[in-house]
Amino acid sequence: MIVAEQKPIAEIDRLLEGAKKVLIVGCRECVTVCQAGGEKEVNTMASALRLLWATSGRNPGAEILTETLERQCEPEYIEQIVKVAGEVDAILSLACGVGVQYLAERYPVWVVPGLNTKFAGGALEQGVWTEKCGLCGDCILYKTGGICPVIRCSKSILNGPCGGSHNGKCEVNEETDCAWQLIYDRMTKLGKVDRLLEIEPPKDWSKSRDGGPRKVVKEEIRI
Amino acid sequence: MSPAAAAFKTDSKLERILSQGDFAVTAEIGPPKSASSKGVRSNAAMMKDVTDGQNLTDNQTAIVRLSSLAASVHVKEAGGEPIMQMVCRDRNRIAMQSDILGAYSLGIRNLVCLSGDHQSFGNQQTAKNVYDIDSIQLINMVRRMRDDHVLLSGEEIKVAPPKMYIGAAANPFADPFEFRVLRLEKKINAGADFIQTQCVFDLERFARFMELVVKRGLDKRVHILAGVTPAKSDKALRYMKTVPGMMVPDSLIERMAKAENKEEEGLNIAVETIKAMRQIPGVHGVHIMAIAWESAVPVIAERAGLLPRPAIREETAQAAPAEGKKTAD
Ligand code: SF4
Repeated sequence: MIVAEQKPIAEIDRLLEGAKKVLIVGCRECVTVCQAGGEKEVNTMASALRLLWATSGRNPGAEILTETLERQCEPEYIEQIVKVAGEVDAILSLACGVGVQYLAERYPVWVVPGLNTKFAGGALEQGVWTEKCGLCGDCILYKTGGICPVIRCSKSILNGPCGGSHNGKCEVNEETDCAWQLIYDRMTKLGKVDRLLEIEPPKDWSKSRDGGPRKVVKEEIRI
Repeated sequence: MSPAAAAFKTDSKLERILSQGDFAVTAEIGPPKSASSKGVRSNAAMMKDVTDGQNLTDNQTAIVRLSSLAASVHVKEAGGEPIMQMVCRDRNRIAMQSDILGAYSLGIRNLVCLSGDHQSFGNQQTAKNVYDIDSIQLINMVRRMRDDHVLLSGEEIKVAPPKMYIGAAANPFADPFEFRVLRLEKKINAGADFIQTQCVFDLERFARFMELVVKRGLDKRVHILAGVTPAKSDKALRYMKTVPGMMVPDSLIERMAKAENKEEEGLNIAVETIKAMRQIPGVHGVHIMAIAWESAVPVIAERAGLLPRPAIREETAQAAPAEGKKTAD
C-alpha cells in the first residue's frame, strides 16, 4: 500500500491561510490503514484546526466540513462531494498525492495536501511502516531472493553489497539493514548464492520514472 | 603500433609497472575544497618519483571538492601519473561516459570505478543520489568502451575509443566476509585490471582474505594493491574504527596511545604493515592513503624500501603477451 504521514499542523495552518470555509477530505484506502487520512484522522484534524484557529485568532469564523471517500483515486468517488465542494473555498485532502490531484483536477478551488506521501510499503510492527518497493517498473525480485535492492539498498546497487556493509547494517546508519546482506543470507539459505555471481547488467530506467507519467493499459477491459 | 606495444591494453604507466612484475606503489591525493590547483600540483610533484601513480578522489565522503578529472589533469601537468577516481553517486551513464571520453582526451589513462560514499556523510546531505549504474556495471562499461569500442547502449565508438587501465576497490573488512572474494571476482569478470583495497590495519583478516583470493586464482587475473593509511594519533585510529567497513585492532590503538611521538609511530606502523603485506602471497603493490598528510608518502616509501621506483623496462614489451593473457577477462 501507499504509506503517508500527516504534515505538521503548523504547516497545514499556513497552507489554509485566509480560507473561510474548508472541506477536509479523507480516504478509506491505504491512508486509513496507515492511520494518516481515514475518517478518524479527518475528524481529529478538524478538531485540531478548529481549536488552533479559535485560540490563535487566525482564520476567525472559518468553517470546517468533513468527508471521507471510499477512494480518492477514482473519479466516481470524487464526484460524490460535488455539492459541498462547490460551497467551500479550500479543500484539505488527507489522501496520498494521487487523491490530492484527483480533487484538484475536478474542483476549481484551492486544494492542499494534508499528508506527505512517503512510499510503497507495509507494516513492520504496530505503528511502524517500512518501504518495500521501488516502483521501478521492471521487477527483479526473482533475482534477489525477494528483497528489493532498488529501494532497500541506500545506493540502489544491483551488484552488492558495497564496501560499507557491516554487521548486517548499511553504511548510512545503524538502524538500516543492508539489503544486500539480507539478499546474500536468503540466497545462501535457498542454496542459490551462485546466482549472485552473475553480473546484473545496468537497469533500464526508462521503465521507471521517465518522460512524464507512466500508463498501464489493459485493452480487454477498455470500452 | 608495434606488435610489442599492442600487447598492452593501454598506455598507462601503471600497467607497465605491474605487468613487468614490479611491486607497485600508488598514493592518494585529495583535491581541495576550493578552485586552487596549488596543493594538487605540489603533492603530485612530491609524489611523482616515489610512486607509480596518484589517485585523485572523486568528491570523497560526499564532500564537494575540485573534480577528480580536473585534478588528474593538474597531476599530469605536474609530471605525475594520474589515476582518476569516478563514483556512481553523482552522475548518470551519460555524464560518466562523457567524462571518460573527456578524461582520455586530456591524457588520463587510469580510471578507478567506485560506488562512492553515501551523500548523508557529506556537506550536501539534501542531495539526490544518482546510482544509475553501480561500480561493477561501470567497470564493465569502461572495459567495453576500451576493448569493444562501444558505448553502454551498444552504439559504436567509431574513432579514438578511450583506453583506460581499469581499477576497482575491494574491502576485505566489510561484510559478508565470504562474499567479498566472490564480489572481487565479479569485478574481475566485469573487467577490472587492478584493485586497490580499503586500508588495512587488521593484517590477520587481510591475510585470510588474500588466502581465499589466491585459492580462487584471482591474483593471477588481477593486480592487487593493498591499502595503507598512516594514522597521526590514537584518536584518529579510534575514529576509523567507527567507520563502516573499517577494522582497527585494539592492540594497534593501545600501541599508538602509548607512543610518545605519535606521528612517528604512525609512520612506523605503516612501514611495518607494508613490509608484512609484501610477504603475503598475491599482493602486487601498495596504495598509500595518507589523508591530509600527503607529505608522509615519500617518507613511508623510503623507509619501507620501496625506493627508487623501477623504470619501465624495455623487455617489458617482450614479457607483456604472457602477462596480457594473465589479466585477460
Ligand atoms: S551497505 Fe548495503 S544497503 Fe547500504 S548502500 Fe551498501 S550495499 Fe546498499
